[in-house]
Amino acid sequence: MRAFTYERATSAAGAAAAVAHHAGAKFLGGGTNLLDLMKLEIETPTHLVDIQDLKLDQIEATHDGGLRIGAFVSNTTLSANPRVRRDYAVLTRAIQAGASGQLRNKATTAGNLLQRTRCPYFYDTNQPCNKRTPGSGCAAIGGYSRQLAVIGTSDTCIATYPGDMAVALRALDATVETVDATGATRVIPIADFHRLPGATPEIDTVLNHGELITAVTLPKPVGGAHIYRKVRDRASYAFALVSVAAVVQPDGSGRVAFGGVAPKPWRSAAADAAIPHGAAAVVEQAFAGARPTHDNSFKLTLAKRTLAAAMAQVRTA
Amino acid sequence: MKFDTPAGINPIDRMAVVGKPHDRVDGARKVTGTAPYAYERHDVVPDALYGFILGAAIAKGRITGIDTAHAQAMPGVRAIVTYQNAGKLTLGSKNTAKLLAGPEVEHYHQAVALVVADSFEKARAAAAAIHVDYGRAAGHFDLAAAAKSAKSDGGEDEDGSKSPPIDRIGDFAGAFAAAPVTLDATYTTPDEAHAMMEPFATTAAWTGDALTVWTANQMIAWTREDLATTLGLPKDKVRVDSPFVGGGFGGKLFLRADAVLAALGAKATGRPVKIAMQRPLMFNNSTHRPATIQRIRLGADRSGKLTAIAHECTSGNLPGGSPETATDQTKLLYAAPNRLTAQHLAVLDLPEGNAMRAPGEASGLMALEIAMDEMAEKLGMDPVEFRIINDTQVDPEKPERPFSQRQLIKCLRDGAATFGWSARDARPGRRRDGDHLIGLGVASAFRNNINFKSAARVRLGRDGVVTVETDMTDIGTGSYTIIAQTAAEMMGVGIDRVVVRLGDSDFPVSAGSGGQWGANSSTSGVYAACVKLREAVAARLGFNAPDPDFIDGHVRSGNRSVALADAAKDGDLVAEDTMSWSGLSRKYQQSTFGAHFVEVAVDAYTGEIRVRRMLAVCAAGRILNPKTARSQVIGAMTMGVGGALMEELVVDKRFGFFVNHDLAGYEVPVHADIPHQEVVFLDEADDKVSPMKAKGVGELGLCGVGAAIANAVYNATGVRIRDYPLTLDKHLDWLPTV
Amino acid sequence: MAITGASDARTVPPAPPVATMPVSLEINGRRHDLRLDPRTTLLDTLRDHLHLTGTKKGCDHGQCGACTVIVNGQRINSCLSLALQHDSDKVTTIEGLGQPDHLHPMQAAFVKHDGFQCGYCTPGQICSAVAVLAEIKAGIPSHVSPDLAALMHPTNAELRERMSGNICRCGAYSNIVEAIADVAGAVA
Repeated sequence: MRAFTYERATSAAGAAAAVAHHAGAKFLGGGTNLLDLMKLEIETPTHLVDIQDLKLDQIEATHDGGLRIGAFVSNTTLSANPRVRRDYAVLTRAIQAGASGQLRNKATTAGNLLQRTRCPYFYDTNQPCNKRTPGSGCAAIGGYSRQLAVIGTSDTCIATYPGDMAVALRALDATVETVDATGATRVIPIADFHRLPGATPEIDTVLNHGELITAVTLPKPVGGAHIYRKVRDRASYAFALVSVAAVVQPDGSGRVAFGGVAPKPWRSAAADAAIPHGAAAVVEQAFAGARPTHDNSFKLTLAKRTLAAAMAQVRTA
Repeated sequence: MKFDTPAGINPIDRMAVVGKPHDRVDGARKVTGTAPYAYERHDVVPDALYGFILGAAIAKGRITGIDTAHAQAMPGVRAIVTYQNAGKLTLGSKNTAKLLAGPEVEHYHQAVALVVADSFEKARAAAAAIHVDYGRAAGHFDLAAAAKSAKSDGGEDEDGSKSPPIDRIGDFAGAFAAAPVTLDATYTTPDEAHAMMEPFATTAAWTGDALTVWTANQMIAWTREDLATTLGLPKDKVRVDSPFVGGGFGGKLFLRADAVLAALGAKATGRPVKIAMQRPLMFNNSTHRPATIQRIRLGADRSGKLTAIAHECTSGNLPGGSPETATDQTKLLYAAPNRLTAQHLAVLDLPEGNAMRAPGEASGLMALEIAMDEMAEKLGMDPVEFRIINDTQVDPEKPERPFSQRQLIKCLRDGAATFGWSARDARPGRRRDGDHLIGLGVASAFRNNINFKSAARVRLGRDGVVTVETDMTDIGTGSYTIIAQTAAEMMGVGIDRVVVRLGDSDFPVSAGSGGQWGANSSTSGVYAACVKLREAVAARLGFNAPDPDFIDGHVRSGNRSVALADAAKDGDLVAEDTMSWSGLSRKYQQSTFGAHFVEVAVDAYTGEIRVRRMLAVCAAGRILNPKTARSQVIGAMTMGVGGALMEELVVDKRFGFFVNHDLAGYEVPVHADIPHQEVVFLDEADDKVSPMKAKGVGELGLCGVGAAIANAVYNATGVRIRDYPLTLDKHLDWLPTV
Repeated sequence: MAITGASDARTVPPAPPVATMPVSLEINGRRHDLRLDPRTTLLDTLRDHLHLTGTKKGCDHGQCGACTVIVNGQRINSCLSLALQHDSDKVTTIEGLGQPDHLHPMQAAFVKHDGFQCGYCTPGQICSAVAVLAEIKAGIPSHVSPDLAALMHPTNAELRERMSGNICRCGAYSNIVEAIADVAGAVA
């Protein structure tokens, strides 16, 4: 871990300014992913701006019946919130399917969105990785890729977005609110928040340097049955091979997002529209153009079967 | 004391203390975090500097340059040790690869440099600032490809950890060709990591030319000797101390880089140095259980009697390394007149392969016991009965050699009854519970019993307290507790009147912890020392009778009774002795046996496999402490679940390293993977193995678990997977349509 | 055996020293005022600066749970937290739960049920177990909770899921869950 300086910001815009004006600065939320990566010098910030004192730890109702979640709300607090449990159960289920109790207590809402890939070559600084070291190459292509993405990849990177929470947020059409050093705010639909690697896999999201996430907002509840189904080799404390966040209405319509398959939570309008026609139809739409590797082509079958399991769960719910 | 004739009645047979489920005597220290591990020795070394190891970035080749200038200039850096300034290092007798690379690199993450600094943070940062240039060489990293050129390998040795290259009994080829029912199948097991929770860790300090290492190690005497060899020191100038070891499973049998580098760093700085190897380095820096490719051929007559057994295994290792002896159990487990076992060793440039819990049998039974399941199905027989009718009470290769004790049949029968085996439907894929396919599986467990010479010193103090000193280690095995029980039984005192001190090379040399030999061997050494102490006590107290009783803190003979403590009122009484073994293991085959029963549920949609119930029935001689022995077995069963369902060091065959080299990538079982586990010990006492009449259980518990799970999965799904671990992608395409 | 500076070390101007920062922690009821390298984790602060070595370093990357401590009533991995993030926080470590002559009920239950072998993951398991029962009492749901609207109970499945962030390679899980259930008054 490189040496860095540390400060605790006292206002959101001030925090944004502190990072914006310091080329090597980063925000520090819970730190559960950033410190992990700093120890390996995959992340090498020279200045950390701790946002814990910004009072971004509230969950409040919005005027249109939705819910505004402060960026610093912990995963545990968010998942246990009574309104989330009642109206956005897929979010509670997704969060509780991820990481461990200890990590969920520390990890924040914003930090969870920003967590970086778990590709083993990204984690090994001896290996080429375009996401870690642009232009160095991708060791995962032609290497061990069982966990990695089957769609949305490029010739430079096949890494997966590893999280669970964002997959549910994608199904719920959440938005991400930010503020920058000038105090200007913007609202980013979750669909646009994570980017595909293309030729610049080192850039995970659309955030600018110094742009601070202040909240994640959920639109008013859509009802329906909420299912999060996560498949992994061991029963807990593991990243998804495939996960499915599904919200299905009594009339058979619904929305579905997939995790563990792409550089971002994976959802498409065409796939949603196919839900009444069953899992195979949805997966055919969602994964049209998929480019799996030899190691991970099973994920296409698994996605279909996992979605079928989720839809069966809806029927029995 | 030499153990060369079967044990008669002795004081252990009272079993007033031995054989009781005592809580661990070190329990309170472990649950309060006050037991000191190797990196935590502020009590003896208050001012240690911090070491951090840099590992090689290539699998094979040469270091062509090391630039330490930037690292050296960083704040708090005291020294940087590389091959260029370390002085001559000699390879230890138990190491295959060097512990400090240079100029050759033999495997990925082989240590290249040590940074010593004032703080952990500074040492870590400086290690990352060292720039190393390499010349990469081509290497062999693919076992399947290298298997074609693998050579036969093996050779007999006393501890049973090796077997001859090709072992033929009768006419295998002829019998196999003639058999009406045959199986010829190939199974693979992957490379596996010990992944013990405490990393390799050492605190090293020099006093003049004498070195002390407080380290995490299973085998104190081996490591003392190899550390002295490596550094070119006389053995008596090296002290090794490991009172608490945070798990080992074979990974800490040997001298490793942490100890050598801590010693070098302490020498370079003139200050004590401590190192805990960073977790992401451990998987490639150290040893692992090698992958295997195993071909098994079985031939039987229609009644289910095996007529031919062949088991061939191929594994790989660095030049000079050993094979994985996965055919060992096949020589002894089932009867059949025509037999062939062979092992082949390929040269691979992956990190060093070496012992991991139940080396040989763990991998071998993963294959053999699936084969037995497949064969039972071909014969239309119940897999329990098929195993029972092929039992043998003698060494099948040397029928004049009986087993000292062999209750495999009882393990299988009792286990079947306890587990509810009769509920199993022999037709796979028939039992469902909602969305889950349910299956039951069984496998035999077998692990050889090994005895190693073991010494101890016993002191009776004026206060009547008995103190035992031996360099035996407790790596979670319960050594402290069973040794205290042994001394208490022998000296006729309560366990609270016994103090046990372990793990220090200043103490008499024990068997150490490995190969499940530790419990029986080390307590036998304590027994021998206690026999001497009893003689000294009796003499001091003037008992003329040959063998007075030691009971309830008193020494008694006839109607004379004297308090034990009186024997030491004029000064401590000390006795030391070594137990050694001779002859009986040649006359009697000594092994431990068991049966594993498993119920699994396979998600019919996703193929996820979860274990619902587990039972092990073990026959392993006298159980010295049913509580700690049971823990050894359930721990082994848990490791078996890992080996069956998730553990695999994934080889990058281009760059030659284990890719998933941390505890997120290398998955081991978590709480949610493990159901309540049942263990039954058969009531045994094996008088051919030692005066303790005990054998080991710590590895037996792992042997066969993987296959029992694999067989249960097959019973659930009807899809036979012969390639471990059994991950869902391997049967997904064949599961029922959804 | 001679050791000198690395042979091809060039002369590079020394890097500037690392500025330390003040932090105040309340650990097991006692306040500690420290000045630390900002890089120092809460884990290394406990182990190397305060010699509270009951909290263990198993992986240093949030992958094993051996470093679990309770901060302001919640369990966290102390390896993935800078000490500076915890200014004024209340930290409970294994030493704060009980001592050998005065065990916490959870510690006593671990001894009784042999919920450990090598002992290295044990302090983390115990800190986690204490917090898990509090989480269940507080009604926090888990991955295996059948009904998000219902009260939470310390069932076998709940305990196993909630304890899954604490790896025990010795494999004492079955006994650990029995120890926790014993303290919770439930049947494992």
